[in-house]
Amino acid sequence: MEADLKAGFKDKTNKMLGYHPEDAKLSKSYIAVAFMALLVGGFLGLIQGLNRAGLLELPTWFNYYQVLTAHGLLLILVLTAFFTIGYFYAALSHNLGGILPKVRRLAWTGFYVKLVGFVLAVIPILMNEASVMYTFYPPMAAHPVFYIGLALIVVGVWLCCIGAFIQVANWRKNHKGQHVPILSYFATGVFVLLFFALMFVAVEVLFMIIPWVFGWVDTINVMVARTLFWAFGHTLVNIWYLTAVSAWYVVVPKIIGGKRWSDLLTRVVVIALVIMNITGGFHHQIIDPGINAVVKFMHVFMSLAIGFPSLMTAFALFAVFERTARRKGGKGLIGWWKKMPWGDVRFLAPFIAMLSFIPAGAGGIAQSTNQLDQVVHNTMWIVGHFHLTLGMSVVMTFFGISYWLVPFISNRVLTPQINRLGVIQTWIWTVGMIFMAGAMHYVGLLGSPRRTSYTTYGDHATALGWDPYLMCLAVGGTLLIIGVILQVYAVFNLMFFAPKGETEFPIAEEEDNATKTPYITERWGIWIVVMIIVVAMAYVIPLTEFIVNAPPGSPPFKTW
Amino acid sequence: MKMHLDEKIWLTISFGIIMGFMLITGYQAFALEMGPPSNMETIDPQKVDQTAPYDNPGVKKMGDNEYEVVMTLQAFGFNPNNIEIPAGAKVTFIMTSKDVVHGFEVAGTNINAMVMPGHIQKITQTFDKPGNYLVICNEYCGAGHQLMSTTITVK
Repeated sequence: MEADLKAGFKDKTNKMLGYHPEDAKLSKSYIAVAFMALLVGGFLGLIQGLNRAGLLELPTWFNYYQVLTAHGLLLILVLTAFFTIGYFYAALSHNLGGILPKVRRLAWTGFYVKLVGFVLAVIPILMNEASVMYTFYPPMAAHPVFYIGLALIVVGVWLCCIGAFIQVANWRKNHKGQHVPILSYFATGVFVLLFFALMFVAVEVLFMIIPWVFGWVDTINVMVARTLFWAFGHTLVNIWYLTAVSAWYVVVPKIIGGKRWSDLLTRVVVIALVIMNITGGFHHQIIDPGINAVVKFMHVFMSLAIGFPSLMTAFALFAVFERTARRKGGKGLIGWWKKMPWGDVRFLAPFIAMLSFIPAGAGGIAQSTNQLDQVVHNTMWIVGHFHLTLGMSVVMTFFGISYWLVPFISNRVLTPQINRLGVIQTWIWTVGMIFMAGAMHYVGLLGSPRRTSYTTYGDHATALGWDPYLMCLAVGGTLLIIGVILQVYAVFNLMFFAPKGETEFPIAEEEDNATKTPYITERWGIWIVVMIIVVAMAYVIPLTEFIVNAPPGSPPFKTW
Repeated sequence: MKMHLDEKIWLTISFGIIMGFMLITGYQAFALEMGPPSNMETIDPQKVDQTAPYDNPGVKKMGDNEYEVVMTLQAFGFNPNNIEIPAGAKVTFIMTSKDVVHGFEVAGTNINAMVMPGHIQKITQTFDKPGNYLVICNEYCGAGHQLMSTTITVK
């Protein structure tokens, strides 16, 4: 009787906190896989950095390009997809009164389909049958099993997208005329974007690469495959970014004791990023042949357009800091500085992440501009750019999220010790990234290429001049692996060993006098149509050109 | 939407920055003809060796201080290798790939182009400063990618 009462009471408090044990288990599994991928992928990154600086020779049975392929796959596909899904499913569960049983089943099926796909993709990499990198590079052809594995990962992610759509649609049916809670709104945007972006890579893999590697067709249209890849590839990295942004808008204000910035502006930013994102991938092809200068110029605009919502975000976030600080008595132009909880890792990590987005975003604007891109295209600069954007802006935000999300889904609490560990981890990561990404940017400007193992090009003076920077890169990489180990320790400690207790899911309230958000922001049907029109504007002309004026295709090559 | 004045100013500046990038890029690309390499010709990637002029790659003098370099790229080399040209010459590189995707980058200059199988790529540069320039493939092309380099000597 007493036990029953106790259980009933626990159930009630859980419901009040928006905690649903079965959904928590789902998110926990996703997050655990994400951080295991971080650990392994991080080590592979270190090996690469040391090799690139000439400090470590790799054996022939596990060469630089195998390491690079696995590093990319683990961090760009596994870490991102699993963290994003784990985080947003926790948000959906918390916001929308628990995940529906059928949706939970979909997400679990997706989980296992992705794991099987991942194992299938990794085996050929380890056997050196798939050193084609995460970008595939047709007409290089990997072992067919590699592509089948990738296709399964796509299917797995799709199942999770569909699950999220069902969940949101069900809530809306029961809450007519209401706005979807803000984090679930971000989740909707992210899953819409994932769903459509994956279509491009699915077409590439299923209809072009798989028939070709099995020998059912002799040749492949290289430019079409490449274009489809980047329509997906760049969107994927922006999906992480949108995930991180959701925490900046919604979670960080709560942690510092403030209110959310304009709900309408937030939703407009989500819509803008969804509509304009897919077309941004084309700037990866600024110096490709077969696309004329006018089309490229149009695409400069389409890539740069993404910068606009990001600049809106920058304003909104600092405005929140200022308002909060003033409420707490902060004075002067940067009075907010003194009023922020610097010792709280849940704030510190995402804050440094936001700061790093200032140089990272500026680099992005440079790269999507014709002539500037030509200077840095395919050099280490690019690698520096995405370690700054993804490794710092996004991943550090994910780290910050983990310090409350993992305790929340594990029914535990963040202890002062782990918080302190997190603060130390944040600084190590920051210094490591400044060293590594900084050196990469600079040596890239000098011409050092990306995706190249240790070489001095026959001791050419130009290449020898790059060495000190590459050494700097290795130092940064070494600091980062220490950061990875601390972070993974913190996550698993919070998941299994931290003291039991209740943790809040931090969601900031709106300002008291906030303007009412118009209902049109909820009309995803309209926004998806707009997105399709924008995508069509961007891709119909070049794809038609590639297909109509196609050169004879290329047979498969194995050059490794 | 009710908007703070500071926010309006910020958004105007943001929009201005992006438009500025657009205008400068457009001016450079179209008025100054500094557009990125975007040649439109195609070729059968399996018959490069049988197609003129790619059957006979090399440096060709086109006029007073004007050169053309017909070049084929394949894993893991450039043909012709170790090019020599006089200082101040305007050089147009005309390139295609015989196998996979390669990059063509001359370190320390703005020459940077993708070379795709099936497509012919062109890029022009005037080399004013004498020296020994390092040419590398900057797009991963296989196990020997780090060895794929050559030089341009400007005298």
